[in-house]
Amino acid sequence: MSPSLDAYVLLSAALFAVGFLGVLVRRNTLVIFMCLELMLVASTLALVAFSRFNGTEAGDVFVFFILTVAAAEVAVGLAIIVALFRARKTVQVDELDLLKK
Amino acid sequence: MHSAAQIAFACISAFTLACALGVVLCKNAVNGAMCLLLCLAGVAGLFVQLHAYLLAFLLILVYAGAVVALFLFIIMLLGAHGGQPWRFRGAQALAGIVAAALLITGLDLIALRGRLDAGPPVLSGGVGSSLKLYAEQLFTTYLLPVEVMGFLLLVAMLGVIVLSRRPTEREATE
Repeated sequence: MSPSLDAYVLLSAALFAVGFLGVLVRRNTLVIFMCLELMLVASTLALVAFSRFNGTEAGDVFVFFILTVAAAEVAVGLAIIVALFRARKTVQVDELDLLKK
Repeated sequence: MHSAAQIAFACISAFTLACALGVVLCKNAVNGAMCLLLCLAGVAGLFVQLHAYLLAFLLILVYAGAVVALFLFIIMLLGAHGGQPWRFRGAQALAGIVAAALLITGLDLIALRGRLDAGPPVLSGGVGSSLKLYAEQLFTTYLLPVEVMGFLLLVAMLGVIVLSRRPTEREATE
């Protein structure tokens, strides 16, 4: 008797919620970015579970694309953060408020 | 009546959730990255339990090997370990409370009411378990998305080069 689909989907939703919480409450840009990655991984878990329980292969293949997009996103995002740090000497989102002024 | 698979699932999911919370709660960003690494290992374990061996391998390779390493590298480079974890004021607090309430309601609905109509898992012969089947899918049905992904990676690489290049002297003086 293996765990049910409900269990996987619930775990995936919980992981997504934790990632979302992190994006909301943290103030360090790098940690916010890590929480975004956590949300992506949570969605891949749901895709694989649905694909396995329905006996289709589309979910498995799309996880591959999600991994690719995540890798590209991390590369560009971290380059932007480094450029931001060069210009402003900080990565705390509270201090990056140029557009507010 | 708990089978070994269910006990393993419970252990791995508790570990994964604890590590995910660690990412959010750790004050030091380096510890957060380490928690993210462990969390990804937990998700890879769940993939193995779903017989998606290839995806578990790819997850470890791409995320743990490349993404988390890159994160640690940048954290060290910028010296951005610290920072206060949370500080709420006014509108931020309100938005946080509303979002948390929505999330909790959603989770609650999934947990109590949601009964997803699915039979037992089809574990044998899944595409994620075999590289040959996977590659066949990628290069027949999903050929166009694969090519788009290649283009995306090229654009991302160019973007990173443009972003991380130092401004030339003429641009700096303008």
